[in-house]
Amino acid sequence: MIEFRSVRKQYDDGTVAVQELSLTVPVGTITVLVGPSGCGKTTLLRMVNRMIEPSSGTVLVDGDDVRDSDPAGLRRGIGYVIQQAGLFPHRTVRDNVATVPRLFGHSRRDARRRAEGLLERVGLPAELRKRYPVQLSGGQQQRVGVARALAADPPVLLMDEPFSAVDPVVREGLQDELLRLQGELGKTVLFVTHDIDEAVKLGENVAVLRQGGYLAQYAPPEQLLAEPADDFVTSFVGRDRGYRRLSFVDSDGLVPGPVDTVRIGDTSADVPSQAEWVLVLDPHDRPRGWLPPGAPIHGQLTEDQLIAGGSLHTSGAPLRGALDAALSAPSGLGVVVDEDGVHLGVVTARQVLDILESRRHPAVTEGAVQ
Amino acid sequence: MITDIAAWLLDPSNWTGDEGVLRQAWLHLLYCLFAVCAAALFAVPLGLYIGHTGRGSVFVVGFSNAMRALPTLGLVTGLAVLFRGSVALAALVVLAFPAVLSGTYAGVRAVPSQAVDAAKGMGMTSKQRLWQVELPNALTLLMGGVRNAMLQVMATTAVAAYVGLGGLGQLLIEGQTIGRYDQMASAAILIALLAVLVDLALAGLTWLLVPRGVTLTAANTGARPRGRRKQR
Ligand SMILES: Nc1ncnc2c1ncn2[C@@H]1O[C@H](COP(=O)(O)OP(=O)(O)OP(=O)(O)O)[C@@H](O)[C@H]1O
Ligand SMILES: [Mg+2]
Repeated sequence: MIEFRSVRKQYDDGTVAVQELSLTVPVGTITVLVGPSGCGKTTLLRMVNRMIEPSSGTVLVDGDDVRDSDPAGLRRGIGYVIQQAGLFPHRTVRDNVATVPRLFGHSRRDARRRAEGLLERVGLPAELRKRYPVQLSGGQQQRVGVARALAADPPVLLMDEPFSAVDPVVREGLQDELLRLQGELGKTVLFVTHDIDEAVKLGENVAVLRQGGYLAQYAPPEQLLAEPADDFVTSFVGRDRGYRRLSFVDSDGLVPGPVDTVRIGDTSADVPSQAEWVLVLDPHDRPRGWLPPGAPIHGQLTEDQLIAGGSLHTSGAPLRGALDAALSAPSGLGVVVDEDGVHLGVVTARQVLDILESRRHPAVTEGAVQ
Repeated sequence: MITDIAAWLLDPSNWTGDEGVLRQAWLHLLYCLFAVCAAALFAVPLGLYIGHTGRGSVFVVGFSNAMRALPTLGLVTGLAVLFRGSVALAALVVLAFPAVLSGTYAGVRAVPSQAVDAAKGMGMTSKQRLWQVELPNALTLLMGGVRNAMLQVMATTAVAAYVGLGGLGQLLIEGQTIGRYDQMASAAILIALLAVLVDLALAGLTWLLVPRGVTLTAANTGARPRGRRKQR
């Protein structure tokens, strides 16, 4: 657990970066600090490992005042991923990660073995281990930065915009990986970003900071999107928040409907009426694409005769995925799949909206049940 | 003229003996190595300390500027004439000092600040940070300073002959005294040649010392002296 008790930071030049702020980061969860540039996120984060000392107030890690431990020892026990990774240019990827175990006095061999395990864990291909940081892409460097921060198996992890330097696709991959890792490791993570989407995706709790180091709101993401505390949070959370909120709405009651299907390799004789869009599956019943109504089929059906499908909605996942599947499919039919990617049926945007509508009037539904 | 020089250089009797080229070149080299090593013994720790702590950086800048403004040859000659004998070597040490100091200092300052920050954040002590992160990454510029110092000292060591220490300068002075311009020119060529050879050797040493990752990083960022990774 990390606890900020009325911490305040005023720099020597008079800038107040953090204003009398109190915040508790629960054990084993990801808590995100989000806010515009210069609002004091980094300052707050670095108070935890004493890279910055607060002007007043107290920071506690697992109940102990950080000022009671010597800074180097404290930092060795806390993982820290700095912005842009900050890898050591003179050490190989593997030795970068092995640095912390070496500081703890492990032999070079043990430290390297541990480093290799971690690099595998963060999904860095084994052949990159002996490269130097400059020979890696930005995304790969970020992975190494995360592996290095995990090297001492610290219970607490500080991450300062660890994914900001990579393109959106890679960033999304890294985010998914972090969530997967967190599922395995259950660290107490304090994560800084200025990207509200990232905050909402990763955080079990999100602290929105405002310029001058004020805490504007501290809440779970769904609450942040549903009930922004003030105009600042409303505008920061942004325009699509209604849509984003669907990420936190379960899809209970969404029943996939039937759709005509054919398989790759089928001939025109196998294809049903073709009055409607037809979903094309592979031999394992996984969706591959769509055939438009009345489209001619020459010989056996091959991939290149298909129109690419939209996103897929995994059964049981939040409603956002279902709506997106329906909106992105050329047929307007969102394909629902199970965990293995096997086709279960389709849903329309109308169905999603109806569910939302029915939940908005719970009295009616309850009345019907009684 | 050129044939005279060639003839002098090719005459074996000029190479051997107590006053011969080989022995003088050896002395020349010894003086230079001594001067640069002695200077490095003080300048490197001082440069590391100032670069690491940031304390006294005004001193480095002011000091090396002041040294640049000094007429170094005059200074060395003056000291040499004043003190005579091997004490004159101290003048060479003084001459080598600023280049090594500012190279070391600049090297430490150019270490990517994010790497230093990460080192601190992972719990390295101040000393560990200096030895494990700052020094290895500072080596390129540090060795650059050493090479600069060596070139300056090489050129100036000719003066050592004035105070009777010998070295290739001896041949130069002697040639002047007896009016043998072929010998003077040959000596000048030999001094230059020795300087080039030593510089090459130092380049090789630099290549051995500087970690490969640092060399690669410098190559990749177009060897910008600030040495920071390009953003993305
Ligand atoms: N060492 C310092 N001396 C003086 N002012 C500072 C110092 N470090 C940060 N500040 C100021 O404190 C405020 C908060 O800085 P901080 O780095 O915590 O912001 P941030 O939220 O992390 O911003 P960003 O998203 O751009 O990283 C800013 O106004 C900044 O200019
Ligand atoms: Mg910041």
